[in-house]
Amino acid sequence: MSLDAKDVNKIAHLARLRIEEADVPGYASQLSEILDLVEQMSAIDTTGVSPMAHPLDAVQRLRPDEVTETDDREHFQSIAPQTEAGLYLVPKVIE
Amino acid sequence: MSLHEKTLAELAAGLRAREYSSEELTQHFLDRIAAHDGTLNSFITVTGERALDQARAADARIAAGETGPLLGVPIAHKDIFCTNGVRTSCASKMLDKFIAPYDATVVEKLDAAGIVTLGKTNMDEFAMGSSNETSFYGPVRNPWDTERVPGGSSGGSAAAVAARLAPAATGTDTGGSIRQPAALCGISGLKPTYGRVSRYGMIAFASSLDQGGMFAQTAEDCGLLLGGMAGFDRRDSTSVDREVPDYTAGLGADIKGLKIGLPKEYFAEGLDAGVDSTLREALKVYESLGAELVEISLPNSGLSVPVYYVVAPAECSSNLSRMDGVRFGHRVADPKDLKDLYERSRGEGFGDEVKRRIMIGTYALSAGYYDAYYLKAQQLRRLIADDFKRAFEQVDVIAAPTTPSTAFKLGEKSDDPVSMYLSDIDTIAVNLAGVPGMSIPAGFADGLPVGLQLIGNYFDEARLLNVAHRFQMATDWHTRAPAGF
Repeated sequence: MSLDAKDVNKIAHLARLRIEEADVPGYASQLSEILDLVEQMSAIDTTGVSPMAHPLDAVQRLRPDEVTETDDREHFQSIAPQTEAGLYLVPKVIE
Repeated sequence: MSLHEKTLAELAAGLRAREYSSEELTQHFLDRIAAHDGTLNSFITVTGERALDQARAADARIAAGETGPLLGVPIAHKDIFCTNGVRTSCASKMLDKFIAPYDATVVEKLDAAGIVTLGKTNMDEFAMGSSNETSFYGPVRNPWDTERVPGGSSGGSAAAVAARLAPAATGTDTGGSIRQPAALCGISGLKPTYGRVSRYGMIAFASSLDQGGMFAQTAEDCGLLLGGMAGFDRRDSTSVDREVPDYTAGLGADIKGLKIGLPKEYFAEGLDAGVDSTLREALKVYESLGAELVEISLPNSGLSVPVYYVVAPAECSSNLSRMDGVRFGHRVADPKDLKDLYERSRGEGFGDEVKRRIMIGTYALSAGYYDAYYLKAQQLRRLIADDFKRAFEQVDVIAAPTTPSTAFKLGEKSDDPVSMYLSDIDTIAVNLAGVPGMSIPAGFADGLPVGLQLIGNYFDEARLLNVAHRFQMATDWHTRAPAGF
């Protein structure tokens, strides 16, 4: 599996990661090598094998829909880069 | 015998006998960190004042007659566990200024048991690495040879315990991140069964694989700590509701007739000759104790590295999406717009290895590729887990190398991701299956420590610890400490 610069830029965009132009060829070759390693998976026929999502095959535990946590907004927002009146601030999204 | 040469169990007994105070003990280790960590770089943050406060509180509890097994003993936490009011960086620029607003369950439980936290240890960035070279704070050095890596990702915890800068330390193991550094640093380390220890407040890398555990000099100490860490936690949706046994109660029990499986795939080509002969000698100790060595096969183990490098990156790409520069963590100066804020905050905040894994995971989960990668990997994961299930119908525990070679040199593999990934070839299958695994010191090859990996059936930690403990009763490899510290 070989990825080119276009693929790397597309993946970086999907992952919301800025990759400097000069670093793109390096990532392309390293990611291609990793995908070559991963490619070994195709050697085994897995028809009919049920996928394993959890080591103990546990299912999601449910709980009653009750309030269990108290509001701690100020404490949690104290580590945010920018807040105002209880809101997280980001650059303007809608004109 | 100096205080730092003692085990956690011995230190706790000394505290109960009032031979020294927790404050004296804590100061002793803080002094050792100050004297030696300039060389090793095993700590990111040392919490001296806080540690001494905790120690005085423990001393007051001891004076009041309390006798908990962990009361007043100092340990270090891997910097992946959230510690309320203390920087929790995960060794990333992204979280360099992140002061955790709450405690991880592991931290909360150990604090309640009266343990003292010396500080937060260095690690690979977001636990992604096998050499501790991906840390934003620089690599950790192996105390047995400071030109070599301590292993990773919990390299700081392993190096600190090996150099006796802390009697024990927590770690996490997603693909070998406790066992591999334990082996390379010549100490004991345990990764419990998936779900045994709460993941709450343990910064997530790959949620279906991550498991908290510990490093110490001995299996007995690992058992003591596991007793303090394990248990159901409603705040972790994959935590298992199952009774926590007394992990030290059965230590010392006879292992006559115990069946130890030796997977032929692990004792094969690629295993360093010095490691192989050291392990063969170690296995003779088990024979002399009356255990029976049985050759077994784990036929799909060769696929564990490829499967892991789909499952782990896929889950990490999802987990790390929360690092977006909005609610916490690094934020770029003067973002143009929201997209620019996300992309440049993440581009600046993450190091190369983290970016590679996020991109591999994003690719594997992207439209049109899901079945070929993630689904296929999950199917193979089932086959790998079934291998272990079949093996445990035949044998009680499995013994294998922890690593194919001893500690490698700094820089030796850091430019070659695939060769770095393959250094975890002996540990990854255990995480995919979810079974518990340990590494214990088994001797030396060319002056460097060799680890023996012991793998148990699901929730069979008590037996696993006893099998390790019996080896440590018969040998003294675990008492060897590197010179110069």
